[in-house]
Amino acid sequence: MEGKPVSETAPASPTPILEIENLSISFFTRTREIPAVMDFSCTVMPGEAMGLVGESGCGKSTVALAVMRDLGRNGRITGGSIRFKGRDLAELGPRELRAIRGKEIAMIYQEPMASLNPAMKIGAQLAEVPILHEGLDRAAALDRAREIVAAVRLPDPDRILNAFPHQLSGGQQQRIVIAMALMSKPSLLILDEPTTALDVTVEAGIIDLVRDLAETQGTSLLFISHNLGLVSDVCDRLCVMYSGEAVETGGVEEVFGAMRHPYTQALFRSIPVPGADKTLRPLVAIPGNFPLPHERPPGCNFGPRCAYFVAGRCDAQDIPMVPVEGYARHGSRCIRIDEIDWAHPPAPPPVAPPLPPGEVVIEARNLKKYYETRSGAFGGGMAKVVKANEQIDFAAREGETLAIVGESGCGKSTLAKLLMGLETATEGTVLLEGTEIQSRPVEARGPDLLRRLQMVFQNPFDTLNPSMSVGSQIQRAIEIFGTRRSEADRRDRMLELLDLVKLPRAFADRKPRQLSGGQKQRVGIARAFAGEARVVVADEPVSALDVSVQAAVTDLLMEIQRKERTTLIFISHDLGIVRYLSDRVLVMYLGHVVEIGTTEQVFRPPYHPYTEALLSAVPVPDPKVARKRIVLEGEIPSAMNPPPGCPFQTRCRWKSQVPGTLCETEVPALRETAEGHRIKCHLTDAQLATMEPVIRVAD
Amino acid sequence: MLKFLVRRTLTMVATALVLTFVVFWLTNLPPNLEKLAKSEASARMTDAEVESWLERNGHAQPLLKRYGEWLGVAPGWTWEAADGTVSGRCIPRGTPPEEAARFCGVLQGNWGLSTVFKQPVSDIIATRLGLTGILMFWVMVLMVPSALLLGVLSGMREGSRLDRGLSTISIASTATPEYVSGVVLIVVFSSSLVGLRWFKGTAASAMDGITFENFFLPVLTIALYGMGYIARMTRASMAEVMTQQYIRTARLKGAGFGRVVMRHALRNALIAPFTVIMLQFPWLLNGVVIVETLFNYKGFGWTLVQAAGNNDIDLLLGCSVVAVVVVLVTQAMSDIGYVLLNPRIRVS
Repeated sequence: MEGKPVSETAPASPTPILEIENLSISFFTRTREIPAVMDFSCTVMPGEAMGLVGESGCGKSTVALAVMRDLGRNGRITGGSIRFKGRDLAELGPRELRAIRGKEIAMIYQEPMASLNPAMKIGAQLAEVPILHEGLDRAAALDRAREIVAAVRLPDPDRILNAFPHQLSGGQQQRIVIAMALMSKPSLLILDEPTTALDVTVEAGIIDLVRDLAETQGTSLLFISHNLGLVSDVCDRLCVMYSGEAVETGGVEEVFGAMRHPYTQALFRSIPVPGADKTLRPLVAIPGNFPLPHERPPGCNFGPRCAYFVAGRCDAQDIPMVPVEGYARHGSRCIRIDEIDWAHPPAPPPVAPPLPPGEVVIEARNLKKYYETRSGAFGGGMAKVVKANEQIDFAAREGETLAIVGESGCGKSTLAKLLMGLETATEGTVLLEGTEIQSRPVEARGPDLLRRLQMVFQNPFDTLNPSMSVGSQIQRAIEIFGTRRSEADRRDRMLELLDLVKLPRAFADRKPRQLSGGQKQRVGIARAFAGEARVVVADEPVSALDVSVQAAVTDLLMEIQRKERTTLIFISHDLGIVRYLSDRVLVMYLGHVVEIGTTEQVFRPPYHPYTEALLSAVPVPDPKVARKRIVLEGEIPSAMNPPPGCPFQTRCRWKSQVPGTLCETEVPALRETAEGHRIKCHLTDAQLATMEPVIRVAD
Repeated sequence: MLKFLVRRTLTMVATALVLTFVVFWLTNLPPNLEKLAKSEASARMTDAEVESWLERNGHAQPLLKRYGEWLGVAPGWTWEAADGTVSGRCIPRGTPPEEAARFCGVLQGNWGLSTVFKQPVSDIIATRLGLTGILMFWVMVLMVPSALLLGVLSGMREGSRLDRGLSTISIASTATPEYVSGVVLIVVFSSSLVGLRWFKGTAASAMDGITFENFFLPVLTIALYGMGYIARMTRASMAEVMTQQYIRTARLKGAGFGRVVMRHALRNALIAPFTVIMLQFPWLLNGVVIVETLFNYKGFGWTLVQAAGNNDIDLLLGCSVVAVVVVLVTQAMSDIGYVLLNPRIRVS
């Protein structure tokens, strides 16, 4: 049955703040029209938080910019209407538009650093809003700025108002952007991926702040994110977008409780949740790639990747949004909504049993890395020592995955550089199969050592040479490793590697720009495994990829590792993925290893207080998963000026339970609490035993 | 800061030594010396006479020794003639050799004697450089603000009609060398051919007193050429700044276009052209050669032409020392100024 399209009208009472109806937006290039958003509708009521979820390129930011009427010279609204408090935004003149921007509708951006003027003081940037909209004089505007800076919980407002943006940390910058948006108490706040560039514990603080402020001021939110967990945390209602269309919309509980679109369901099943391991909640990768705007299939855009696709129906006509029966304001753009058994999704692929770990392959003992920097503008000033790595001890066995977890600045990337020889250690040893390599820079490592210890990089877009074909880049790696002598041998090996990473052999002749992000990362993986590597260091290998391809690349990495019995050192900030694929986890904070153990041990109490906070900060979209919220106060201290004693003492909520000033004066020992589980904390075993699990999965 | 300056100064000194040595070597090649001998002594000298003249005047010594003498770090040459009179680099004619200093080079303030003007090189360069300094000052006064204005106006709306119009002007002005624009300007504004006769076609009288009438054309000729270049750089920088996210932030704050440009874009857009403007100083020093000759304004460029044309070795060397110093000093200034303008840059 084809139902009538859902009209998103609110129950009679107050007028909606924002009403978007059948909106279509296209970008016009010299050669063609590229539709970015098609037939999009949504309504935001006063005080309501609406979430827009989708992967990059799905059109969610375009909707936000259309609301701001800032589509640039090439973008145009080709159909539908956007009404703000009953006024059609498309009919406003430039003067009226300026009066609304910043005053009635304010926006918070993804990259706080780029969104603040680098050559203007924070105070001047904030004061501009009331000066423009309320005609306040400079002094009064600065007073207002000082109040708001305090309201977004920034310390020492006077110092901050006098600072330039680059003098603040990322979290502080984002608070300033929020403060700027709140200067004129807007009725609608648009947040475009406001925390994507921030660390999880900082993200938790920002999200709390936004929620509190919106509640106290009655501001409506349009919250844009690719993170289902965040949206379910913040929003009352949400709208899932795929390739320019809204595919499912409704209340947060309804959508997560009763998903009625195959894409929502597939996306949900492809995201690892830190509360669950691979047997309890296996990842199911979405096959294929996100369609480019000019290569959209006929009919349902998700059709080619959908498990329920029926040829001749799903691709026969445009699919309308239909209401989901039994729910108010819940709609889905699926033609087979009544035929699919939503409670029983297709069975996940079987999970392979864990590998028994072998001999120790790579080991670090008492590893340290200090950098020296100078503070003055011309290289003078006091020399400061940055303690990027302090006392790193770990060992990883053959066929094992060791995850290194921590927020930015914790020293995990420095550790990767030390292992790879991009930096040499200040102290301590790194042993690769018994050979010391800590002071051998990468130039001095012979082909054999290079071959055995390889790396998969974070950003596949920048790490492939744009002017060389994919095949020759892999062949070049094989040549450097010296494993195959003849050109023909190397070509055979390259084709085998393409098979290994599940890319068609024809891709050998393609240039990197002809590949999607996920495909490029597969090439990166093929290159790393080209010489039968013994250890592969993967530095955030999937964090730059779209959510729906992350699972596929993760699965591939695990499958190859299993086949080759490689040791994988997996560096990540994403606890969900870490829980999913690693055998053991090492948690870092400010250059210290604060906790190390098997995945089971680290994700179960007793925790190190930092691990506890880190776990609780991860937003989880699953309504069946309950978690305790612990929001850390303050910023991560600078490694240039670390606190005395325990590195975590400035933000630790357990500190009061430790007698005296032990935490402030002494670095705790990394002591064994269970076999193979070590925690760097002054808390006694009895105190640690009282910790409750942060994440609980309901049955 | 201090350490940076010391290191920077040392590099500059080393660069200056190398560059002056190259110039010294080129100006003291054997054919030049032979020409010098013939013009100083007699044009009808035999080869043997030339050789002995060179020997008597210290030009036959090894190159490094001569360079050291010129610089003032090696003792000046002396020559005892058959009759017992002693002459030497540091012995002025008519003074007893005992009173003479051992060293007399550039470092001691002795820049040599110009063979063309029959005056000490240091005096000539001081006066001529002063005249050129005045010219350069007015060129900068005219060129920099108009170039920045042109660049900012065309960069603020990339691709607009205003941008295309102004870009055409700046490209045309850079593409026209001074010897073309200078001649055209003279013909249009000071000849009877067009009949405007607003300005004077020569700047010779400007050496005694500058008036708008006698000085505007040479200033305009140089300024036009440099202006287009700076304007293009400013435009590129401005256009890039206008695409930055903080400009969007300002726009979506409700700021009008004028405010966005003036308050948010301008300072950020001027950081890059600053380096280019500093690079114009050494370029101006060479660029004035044509204009000074064209307008008969006897400044540094004109002197350089005279020195080169007349094989005036000491004067040529003096000119190149000045040029080298100007280049190096403006470079250092541009690096330091860049750091001060941009709060994010730190020199390591």
